[in-house]
Amino acid sequence: MFERRHLLGLEGVSAAEIAFLLDTAESFKEVSEREIKKVPTLRGRTVVNLFYENSTRTRTSFEIAAKRLSADTINLSASSSSAQKGETLTDTARNLAAMRPDAIIVRHPSAGAPHLLARHVDCPIINGGDGAHEHPTQALLDLLTIRSHKGQIAGLTVAIVGDLLHSRVARSNLFGLRTMGARVRFVGPPTLVPPEFADLGAELVNDLHEGLRDADVIMMLRIQRERMNGRYFSSLDEYSRLYCLSGEAVAKARKDVIILHPGPMNRGVEISSTVADGPYSVIMDQVTNGVAVRMAALYVLVGRRREIESAGEDAVNEPVPLRRAAAAE
Amino acid sequence: MSLTAQDAQLLITGGLIIDPVQRTQRVADILIRDGKIVAIDENIPAQAKLRGKVPTIDAAGLVVAPGLVDMHVHLREPGFEYKETIATGTRAAVAGGVTSVACMANTKPVNDCPSVTRYILERAKAAQLARVHPIGAVSVSLAGEQLAEFAGMHEAGIVAVSDDGMPVMDAELMRRALECAKMFDIPVIDHAEDKTLAAGGVMHEGAMSLRLGLRGVPAAAEDVMVARDVALAGLAKGHLHIAHISSAGALETVRQARSAGIHVTAEVSPHHLWLTDAAVEGYNTNAKMNPPLRTEEDRQALRAALADGTIDVVATDHAPHHKDEKDVEFDQAAHGVVGLETLLPLTLRLVHDGLLDLPTAIAKITSEPARILRLAAGRLEVGVPADLVVIDPDHEWVVSSESLLSKSKNTAFDGWKMRGRALVTLVDGRIVHDLRPNGVAAAR
Repeated sequence: MFERRHLLGLEGVSAAEIAFLLDTAESFKEVSEREIKKVPTLRGRTVVNLFYENSTRTRTSFEIAAKRLSADTINLSASSSSAQKGETLTDTARNLAAMRPDAIIVRHPSAGAPHLLARHVDCPIINGGDGAHEHPTQALLDLLTIRSHKGQIAGLTVAIVGDLLHSRVARSNLFGLRTMGARVRFVGPPTLVPPEFADLGAELVNDLHEGLRDADVIMMLRIQRERMNGRYFSSLDEYSRLYCLSGEAVAKARKDVIILHPGPMNRGVEISSTVADGPYSVIMDQVTNGVAVRMAALYVLVGRRREIESAGEDAVNEPVPLRRAAAAE
Repeated sequence: MSLTAQDAQLLITGGLIIDPVQRTQRVADILIRDGKIVAIDENIPAQAKLRGKVPTIDAAGLVVAPGLVDMHVHLREPGFEYKETIATGTRAAVAGGVTSVACMANTKPVNDCPSVTRYILERAKAAQLARVHPIGAVSVSLAGEQLAEFAGMHEAGIVAVSDDGMPVMDAELMRRALECAKMFDIPVIDHAEDKTLAAGGVMHEGAMSLRLGLRGVPAAAEDVMVARDVALAGLAKGHLHIAHISSAGALETVRQARSAGIHVTAEVSPHHLWLTDAAVEGYNTNAKMNPPLRTEEDRQALRAALADGTIDVVATDHAPHHKDEKDVEFDQAAHGVVGLETLLPLTLRLVHDGLLDLPTAIAKITSEPARILRLAAGRLEVGVPADLVVIDPDHEWVVSSESLLSKSKNTAFDGWKMRGRALVTLVDGRIVHDLRPNGVAAAR
C-alpha cells in the first residue's frame, strides 16, 4: 500500500510501500511490450514536467510513462518558464496549480524544492531529483532492476561507487536498499565520501577493489566533470586511475554481479566501455524499468487515489491495476 | 508621551529587584523621579508619604530588572526598511523588555562613516523607544579591504566595530582593526567564519546535511577563525568579542585565550542554546542562520560555557527578513531569525532548567553586554536612568509569529510555549510597553 500524497523521497518509506510500488511497476512492464503501448488509466488527467535542470532521460521517461497511461503531459523547463524572468518557485507553483494539473514532476538544483512545492499546491508532487538530496524514481527503477535479476533485495551487497557526496541517486538508493534489507557500501575517495554517511547506514570504503569484494551489485555514479576541478580530486584522469570500473575491478565482485549506472555515462572515466557494454551490465534494463516505475508512481499517486476517493475502501485492496485498465480498453 | 513635571515620579512597589552587577535579589520598592532611579528601599511609600499620590506599579510577585541590553541586533535601517525599521525594531525591543540595542553595520549604505551613524541615532531619537547604540563597520562597505572611519564614527556615537555577516578574511586588516579600536576603547566584534571553508554551505555540516543533501558548513570554519582572531587579539592587545559563538571547538579556544590573559569576550544566541541542526528537517528556512544551528554536543557545550562564564552574554542576532526571502528554496533563503521578543523568556528558561540562577541569567542580558560595550545601561542602582523591565515570571504564553511586533515574522520559535514575559518596560522612566490590564492608564 502507498497512501502518501507525494513521492518526495525514499527516506522513511516502508518496505511494504516500496514493494507495492515495485509490484505495481512490474505489472506495468507489459504495457510497454504491446503493439499499442497505451492504457486509459489516466485519460483526462494532466501531468506537468517542471524541470529546472537539464535532463533528457528522466524527463523523457516520465513523459513516456504519462503518455502510456493516456495522461496529457506538459513539459516546462527553466529556460522556457518564468524562472528566467525572476518568478519564484512558489509563484510558479501557484500559477501551475491554478490550472489544476493532476500531478507535478519537479526536478530542481536545490534540495528540498519539491517539499516547498508540496506546501503550496494541492496536487501530488513527484520528486524528479532535487539537488544532492533524493531521486526516488531512479532508486525505484534500480531496485526493480536488482529485484528482477536477483529475485530479492534482502541480503545482497550493493557497492555504490563515485561522487557520493553530491549524489541524489546514491542517497535514494541508500534509503531504499537499506529498507529492503541490503548492505550498502559507499566507495570513493575521502573527499567524496564523508564519514557521516556511516550514520545513515552505509559502509564506507575508499579502495575500489576492496569496495567491490563479493558485491552482488555494482552501481556506478556519474562523475560530473565540472566538480573535478582540483578541489575534490586533482583531475579526471587521476580520478579514473583509481575509480574507473575496469574488467579487473569487476573480477573482485561475485561472479553473477550486475552493474548499474544511472546515466549519462562518461565512458573511460568512471566506467570502461568493455564493462558498460559487457555481460554484467543491466544498464538498458534500468532504462526500460524506468518507464514502468514512473507509470507506477503516476498511477499510485494520481489514478489510484481517484479510485480510492470515489470507490471507498474496497478499491484500496485492489492489487493489480492493469486488469481493470486492460478491461477498459 | 513625555511626562509633566508633576507626573515625573513613578513608584514600583513590592517587586523582586535584581541587581545583576552584585548578582543579588531582594524585595523592595523603587522610586523614579525625572527619569532616574532616586531610591531603592523597603516601604518607600510610607517613608516618603507618597501612598496614593504617585503613579504606582504594583510589582508584588513580579521581578524588576534593569532593561535588557541586546548587543547584537540588525535594525535594517537605512536601506532595508521593508524588513525592519528603527521604529519597528525598537518597538519589538521594548515589547521584549529590551531597552538598549546595539545595531549592526550591514545596512545600505553601510554604517562605515559618521553620517550614517548620526542618521541611525536621529531615527532612534525620533522613535523614542529603546536606546540605540550603532556598531560601525570594520571595513569600508564591509569589503574587508580598508579600515572604516573609526574616529569619526566613534565621535558620532558607535560603541563597537564589526563587519558582522561578512567575516574579515584578511588577517592583517583584522590585526589593524584590533589595534585601532584600542584608541577608542571599543571592542572589535568578530563574525568568526572562514569563508573558504564555509564555501557556500547553508547549514551545519554533518549527518543531517548529508541526509538532506544540503551543502554544509563545518564547525571548523568557526574554530579556525576564532583561533586566528584570538591570536591577533593577543598580538594587538585589543579587545576581541566573538559574536554568536556556536561550536564546542571555538569555546575551547576562548577558554585557553582567557587563561593566557587575552582580552576576549563572547556571546551566544538563544537559538544556538535551544535548537540544533535537527530543526532544519523539512527544509525549514526559519532554521537557516549563520553560524548554522549545530549538533546537540555543541549545544550542550554552549550551555555549559554560559554557566561557567566562558560565554558572557546572550544576544539575539535579531535578523528580520521579509516572508518572500524565507518562503523560497532552502539554498536561496536568507540567513537569520528575529529574536528581540523572545530573548527574555528563552533566557528565563535557563533558570527554569536550573542552569543559571536568576541574577546571573539577568546579568547575561543586562550588565554583561553593557560591560563589554562600556554602556551605562544594565544596572539597577540609585542615580542611573530608569531603564527597567517589570517581568511577570509566571506569565505563560505561546509565541505566534503573526503576533510579533517586529516587521518581520521569521522566528525559529513559532508555537513554543514560554514562561515569563516583560509586563512593563520603562526607558528614562517613561512607560514604553505595558501589558497590564488598563496598563498605561493605571500608571498615570
